[in-house]
Amino acid sequence: MSNYVLFFVIIIYLAALFGIAFIAERNAKSKWVNNSVVYTLSLAVYCTAWTYYGSIGIAANSGINFLPIYLGPVIAAPLWIVLLRKIIRISKQHKISSIADFISLRYGNSRFLGALITVVCLLGIIPYIGLQLQAVSETFQILSDDSTSYVSTSIYDDSTFYIALLLAIFATFFGTQTTDASQKHKGIVLSVAFESVIKLIFFLCVGLYVTYVLFDGTEDIYSKISQVDNFEALTSVNGFENGFNWLYMIMLSFMAIFLLPRQFQVSVVENVREKHLKTAIWLLPLYLLLFNIFVIFIAWGGNLAIGNAEQAEYYALLLPLQNNNTFLALLIFLGGFSAVISMVVVATLALSTMVSNNLIIPYGFLDRFIKNRPERNSKYIKNIRRISIFLIILLAYAFYINFSYELSLYSIGLMAFVIIAQLAPSFFIGLFWNRGSARATIIGIVTGFLVVFYTLILPFIIQVFTGSDDFVQYGLYEIEALKPHALFGIDFLSPPAHAFFWSTLVNCICYTVFSLLFKGNYRERNYAEMFIDSKNYTDLQDGALVWKGEAYVAEIKNVLIKFLGETRTERALNLFFRKYNLPQDTQMADARLINFSEKLLTGSIGNASAKILIASVVKEEEVSLVEVLQILDESKETIARNKILREKSDELMQLTNKLREANEELIEKDTQKDEFLDTVAHELKTPITGIRASTELLIDDNDEMPSELKTQFLKNMLQDSDRLSRLIHNILDFEKLAKGRANLDLKKHNIRESINKTLVSLNQLSSKKEVTLINSNKSDIYAVYDEDRIHQVLTNLISNAIKFCEPKRGEIVINYKYEEGFLEVTVKDNGKGIPQQDIPFVFDKFYQSKNQNIIKPEGSGLGLAISKQIIENHEGTIWVKNNNKSGVTFGFKLLFK
Amino acid sequence: MKKIIIVDDEPNIVMTLEYTFKKNNFEVFIARDGSEALEILETVIPNVIILDVMMPKVDGYQTLKLIKGNEKLANTKVVFLTAKNKASDIEKGLKLGADKYLTKPFSIKKIVSEIKELTA
Repeated sequence: MSNYVLFFVIIIYLAALFGIAFIAERNAKSKWVNNSVVYTLSLAVYCTAWTYYGSIGIAANSGINFLPIYLGPVIAAPLWIVLLRKIIRISKQHKISSIADFISLRYGNSRFLGALITVVCLLGIIPYIGLQLQAVSETFQILSDDSTSYVSTSIYDDSTFYIALLLAIFATFFGTQTTDASQKHKGIVLSVAFESVIKLIFFLCVGLYVTYVLFDGTEDIYSKISQVDNFEALTSVNGFENGFNWLYMIMLSFMAIFLLPRQFQVSVVENVREKHLKTAIWLLPLYLLLFNIFVIFIAWGGNLAIGNAEQAEYYALLLPLQNNNTFLALLIFLGGFSAVISMVVVATLALSTMVSNNLIIPYGFLDRFIKNRPERNSKYIKNIRRISIFLIILLAYAFYINFSYELSLYSIGLMAFVIIAQLAPSFFIGLFWNRGSARATIIGIVTGFLVVFYTLILPFIIQVFTGSDDFVQYGLYEIEALKPHALFGIDFLSPPAHAFFWSTLVNCICYTVFSLLFKGNYRERNYAEMFIDSKNYTDLQDGALVWKGEAYVAEIKNVLIKFLGETRTERALNLFFRKYNLPQDTQMADARLINFSEKLLTGSIGNASAKILIASVVKEEEVSLVEVLQILDESKETIARNKILREKSDELMQLTNKLREANEELIEKDTQKDEFLDTVAHELKTPITGIRASTELLIDDNDEMPSELKTQFLKNMLQDSDRLSRLIHNILDFEKLAKGRANLDLKKHNIRESINKTLVSLNQLSSKKEVTLINSNKSDIYAVYDEDRIHQVLTNLISNAIKFCEPKRGEIVINYKYEEGFLEVTVKDNGKGIPQQDIPFVFDKFYQSKNQNIIKPEGSGLGLAISKQIIENHEGTIWVKNNNKSGVTFGFKLLFK
Repeated sequence: MKKIIIVDDEPNIVMTLEYTFKKNNFEVFIARDGSEALEILETVIPNVIILDVMMPKVDGYQTLKLIKGNEKLANTKVVFLTAKNKASDIEKGLKLGADKYLTKPFSIKKIVSEIKELTA
């Protein structure tokens, strides 16, 4: 394939990525951009060219030793739910934009620590980026048929240089859209996710191609390779000592998935929602598993078909080419290229943020920023980042040009891992141990790095420049114990595992010992508490920063305006004042405002600079450690107390509501009582009126009145007196029942007999009106009730029925049955029925049907109300419904005991 | 002869009033509720109507409203005679246009003098 065609394909592919990123930025809120799968796939930026090509190299030369690098993340994944979630929460709360920001903030916002971490990361990652460029260059070389272009005379005719520049442009364009680095870079994330899909699919393609097209399945490869010498060594973990190699490699990759700047970028800074972690913990291990399925078969296939161990890293590309399958080779190249692009772009983005926010701005540009206008500051910050991106990529390119021939992808990748692992003690222990201090962290990282330098980097440099490996063979000054790959006689570990073991050991010891020896200052302890107890301090929010001193809102505002501009500053401060219920014209700033302002600036210029800037306009007083802890505890207590208060206030509210309801009920009862008394008075007055008027007439007209009329008036008086006494009796009875003061005489009775007794007593009334009473049921049902009271109810219901039936044609059916734990008695008549709208009120006191005979019935208006009370006193229910044809049915249910 | 309609659903009370007004030379008509009263009013234009309030079907207030809407009855006096004796009830009755509001239990002599005074 010609150089130009290949370059053209690369340009097209890059343009596609550019398009994807552009669309993602345009649709930043779309669910296609913000979902857990995209998040997980972006985490697969972990799989670089090292995975794509390097693993095969290792598999071909030393068997399954490539695996530990993927086992670490797989083991780490379930822990993310706890660990990474905590990190994400803290980072979001403090607007953290890089691992350097994260660690330096934990140790009291230390400027020097942030810078140190940045330098360590640069030292580890730049060669790593360089190696990615080398992979592009070499695969480009393999694929193109122009075999001379590899040895380019100057960088101008080296295609890798231009590719590096294109990547820098891509990272610059999508990485510096906003000044605030803690903002999401949706375009980059989506393109990385896309590339993760591409690289996996194409890698699986070549795996299937080698296994099933070039060979006859996995068994075929296995049977063929097993006849080769030293096969055993390639497929097993050899003994106890190699077991340690594995252990350390797994630990190393475990740490790398948290600490690599690009991993921190995609997993923490670019995290949109915490819940996406739930997908990532299973999907990423699955992705890594798929990626590694065919590695060993491609390696074996390559060993069998090509057999050139020097070129083992590129078997995936060489195998299809050997079989003239240029198209597949091109796909493999694009897959590897994808792995490179995503790594380079994300790593440079992460590093450039660190370089600008933790190195350049805090150490050189702050003074200028203070004098500048806001628009210019924003432009400055962006430009610093842009230049950083270009510088990092150019440095990586320079590394590749000068050193890369000497090293494999695998060894440089591991070297980067070991260097980055120096952040592990301060990072992991610092999350859970509040005594860890900044000074101890710095000492730990520096000594750890020196150990890495001595055991891993120095031997490499010496070898490159002198070509001799005496240093490795005999050690410094030929002292046995100082052999760089076998310090103090530990000679069974591979160089990276060996370096990792010693460096992290020394680092951890320094970190813990110095943390115990020197207490950090109050600021360190303050942040330590916030990080370790992040769950509790999230509630405190801005209040978690302990700060004492004198500061003017106006001056802080001036600083904010320099970086955020007038409108954003105004808006932020308005929100702040509203949140804490402060007047908008507050003059003096408190700790909360200081913390809030620092956070506002952190995204743009990093936390160290933010602190310095704010500190430049405020007068801070020293606070003692004891005071910090006291204040923090107090704030926590206040929150706890507030919680209790809120709960109490809720309780009170509920009580108030209950009281109000009770009160309303009382008022309602009172009105009901008034109405009741009113009605009672009215009902009592009626017979009295009759009696009074009749009496007056009998007295005054005694002489003139005909005697039969006299008798009539006297009869009326008797009737009215009866009515009056009946009324009084009923009222008292009702009150007694309603207040629950009626003592029921509960005994076991046969309902058949009770009904018969009632019917007998009503016989006279019914035969007078010639109404038929029917009790068809002959069954004996025993239930517990007060017989007199039930008799009262039955009498009331049946006499009502008689009252509303037409003479002669009237027919009243009494029935009863046992049903579902209740005894149900019904009284059904064929009278006029009750107007439907009156049905709900028939059991009310003094309700009298408007439909009844116009001749005033004998009732007191309390009969049904009393019946209801009696049944309810039996814990039963009473009901009424109109029959389908004519008449009405009353019924009651008694609990069957 | 002056005509009077007694509207009340209590027969014993009606009986005493009927006897009294007949003796005082009134032509007496009896209605047991508002609707019966309105029926009678279609053929009779009375000088005075004695109206109870709490009655089945059409109560006293409604009956009064219907009477007031009838021009033929412009000269007919209406007297409430009821057990409802709260100030608010009395006010309501008079507001609706009743000429007198008398309460139960009543004195026959007082009723007679009040009605005579109204129809003088």
